[in-house]
Amino acid sequence: MTSGAADGITGRGRRLRALIVKESRQIWRDPSSIALGIVMPAILIVLFGYALSLDVRNTPVALVMEDFSAEAREIAAGFQLSPSFDARVMTSMAAAERAMLAAEVNGIVRIPSGFARGAAAGAAEVQVLVHGTDANTARIIEGYALGAIGKAAERRAAEGQLVAGAGPAVVQSRMWFNEANDSRHFLVPGLIVLIMTLIGAFLTALVMAREWERGTLEAIFVTPVRAGEILLGKTIPYFVMGMIGLAFSVLAGRFLFHVPLRGSLVVLVIASSLYLLVALGIGLVASAVTRSQFVASQIALLVTFLPAMLLSGFLFDLRSMPVAVQAITYVLPARYFVALLQTIFLAGDIWSVILPNGAVLAGMAALLMVLARVATRKRLD
Amino acid sequence: MIAALLRIRTLVQKELLALLRDRRSRAVLFAPAIVQSLLFGYAASYDLNHVPYAVFDEDRSAASRDLIARLDGSGVFDRVAEISRASEIADLVDSRQVLLVIGFGPDFARRMTAGEPANVLIIADGRNSNTAGTALSYVNAIVERFNTNWRERHGLASPPVRVTVRAWYNQNLETRWTMIPALVGTITLLQTLLLTALSVAREREDGTFDQLLVTPIRPTEIMVGKALPATMVGLIQATLILLVAQLWFNIPFAGSFVTLYAGLVLFVVSAVGIGLFISSLVATMQQAMLFSFVLLMPFILLSGLATPIGNMPPAFQYLTFVNPLRYAIDISRRVYLEGAGFADIAPDLWPLAVIGAVTLPVAAWMFRNRLV
Repeated sequence: MTSGAADGITGRGRRLRALIVKESRQIWRDPSSIALGIVMPAILIVLFGYALSLDVRNTPVALVMEDFSAEAREIAAGFQLSPSFDARVMTSMAAAERAMLAAEVNGIVRIPSGFARGAAAGAAEVQVLVHGTDANTARIIEGYALGAIGKAAERRAAEGQLVAGAGPAVVQSRMWFNEANDSRHFLVPGLIVLIMTLIGAFLTALVMAREWERGTLEAIFVTPVRAGEILLGKTIPYFVMGMIGLAFSVLAGRFLFHVPLRGSLVVLVIASSLYLLVALGIGLVASAVTRSQFVASQIALLVTFLPAMLLSGFLFDLRSMPVAVQAITYVLPARYFVALLQTIFLAGDIWSVILPNGAVLAGMAALLMVLARVATRKRLD
Repeated sequence: MIAALLRIRTLVQKELLALLRDRRSRAVLFAPAIVQSLLFGYAASYDLNHVPYAVFDEDRSAASRDLIARLDGSGVFDRVAEISRASEIADLVDSRQVLLVIGFGPDFARRMTAGEPANVLIIADGRNSNTAGTALSYVNAIVERFNTNWRERHGLASPPVRVTVRAWYNQNLETRWTMIPALVGTITLLQTLLLTALSVAREREDGTFDQLLVTPIRPTEIMVGKALPATMVGLIQATLILLVAQLWFNIPFAGSFVTLYAGLVLFVVSAVGIGLFISSLVATMQQAMLFSFVLLMPFILLSGLATPIGNMPPAFQYLTFVNPLRYAIDISRRVYLEGAGFADIAPDLWPLAVIGAVTLPVAAWMFRNRLV
């Protein structure tokens, strides 16, 4: 009796170990899973760390000088010295417009003739034209241009000249959690969501669906292995793979890109494990329900990957989306994980954010695991 | 020659039948394009229309109330809390209840009246610094209008330098206008690349590809027979997204459809070329899907869709030259919004033609000469 129970436990342990070994070998031998599990995260880390940026740097603008007074030159110098702009001085508006039409410059700053006279009379005008084809960049340029012109006015005020334009109300702003306004600070945590989603949902959906498609799962069904053990055997190797991806991203964020980790590592690991379980759950359920690689991967793509990028608050503000779209984001796990990551990385262990979001993820993980267990019954249809 | 054309026609018919055979696979081809363009059309916007904020008004003067009323009346800012102690700020910001806290010192109105600089203190939640920066620029614009109004009412001189801003092609600088034309290329690429990458891989996995190779059909003909139906599907998907852009989101189309479709045809052909090239390399559907994904991610991230190419370091800007999506987004945005003509988009057209002209023959050659 006791020996039988012990047999059961060691037997289960042995079976599970065999499944994990088999799965790990399969991952290791197939160049495509290595590509997705290891090469892809590395590519993403490099792209997110070095290539992607929403900060305006060296944006080409045309500076049309139709007035060469000291005041006009001062504003021009503001643009030429600013690291945000690559200002190209042009003498005619026609040349600048041609450059903008050819998309060589993203904006035109025009200081019209008679600027100095107008400034003395209190009615000078600077024109800023932006290329609206990329609206976000255009708006950033607009803001920076206004700032550069405002600075010139402030300098003159500081030099003791009476400037009626400075104020009366002056905005003094501070950006908490990201004082330097570096877009990497939110892009790198977002990267973790993408990597976890790819490995957890996309890869698992594919490998599990392939076993269904090829009939190898039926072959496993005739062995003493239980359905729960099959699921665990699939979950554990990909869970480990996802955690390795997390470790790489955290290390790269910390040491290559100097993104602060203000919360505790333990909380980060727990939050990430929960999300990874949810992603794995979606992958397992999608493959068990559809039993087709193509459809399962499309579902994984639609409900996990694209939302992780677009409907998670990682890039685009959730509160500004229409109510119907917001309602969808509540059903998808990505928004909770992004809230957790942004808070843990940049703000610290703030329990009023961590506990509710973590609880939702834990609930989703539990529900999906149960669903996966129900869908993967040892049964042939 | 005629025999070759007939063989290709048979292949195209067979492919189209395989693709459109039943209702479910038709739905998988076209429904996601529409759903994604609707969903992402709404979601992918950097514009804000709902910014929760808190007020920390130590002044409680007519001036501070006027500015708050302007924020509330903007339709963008939602006042969700009024606080009386500085210690409450951290709670509201940390727990993400507010994006901004706007504070007025006790001497705000006095300094305004005295003509001294009166500070409006703003604390923004920088966890997404792009959103916070956008919200700050909205506040700046409102404060600017408040100042102008104040100066007029108090008989102060208007500022010596007035800045007028005008945007070409997109007067209100709506990000949706720039995102949706870009989605035409992005969604089409996602779907056609996966579709073609899978097409040969599926036949290889089922063993039907070897059967195809022993027939009189030449590898080039197989390539054309696979490429044509996929190109048609890709163009239909692009058309559906264009319809959503115009009929649902009402974004005005400034260009000519001939120019746009010339660009789209070249783009879809180059995407199909890359897909078939992947397909010729791999042995299984799983490999096809994973490899196309490993390519798709950098294509999308380095395309200028979400972040401008001009912001990337030079090395990455060179990498974008082999990215078909980069050219497609440039074409669709410029033709759609600017009304650019052939001469304007020529620099985008020939690289696409080159990508197609390289990948398609290589794929055809690989069909027969694959090493594995």
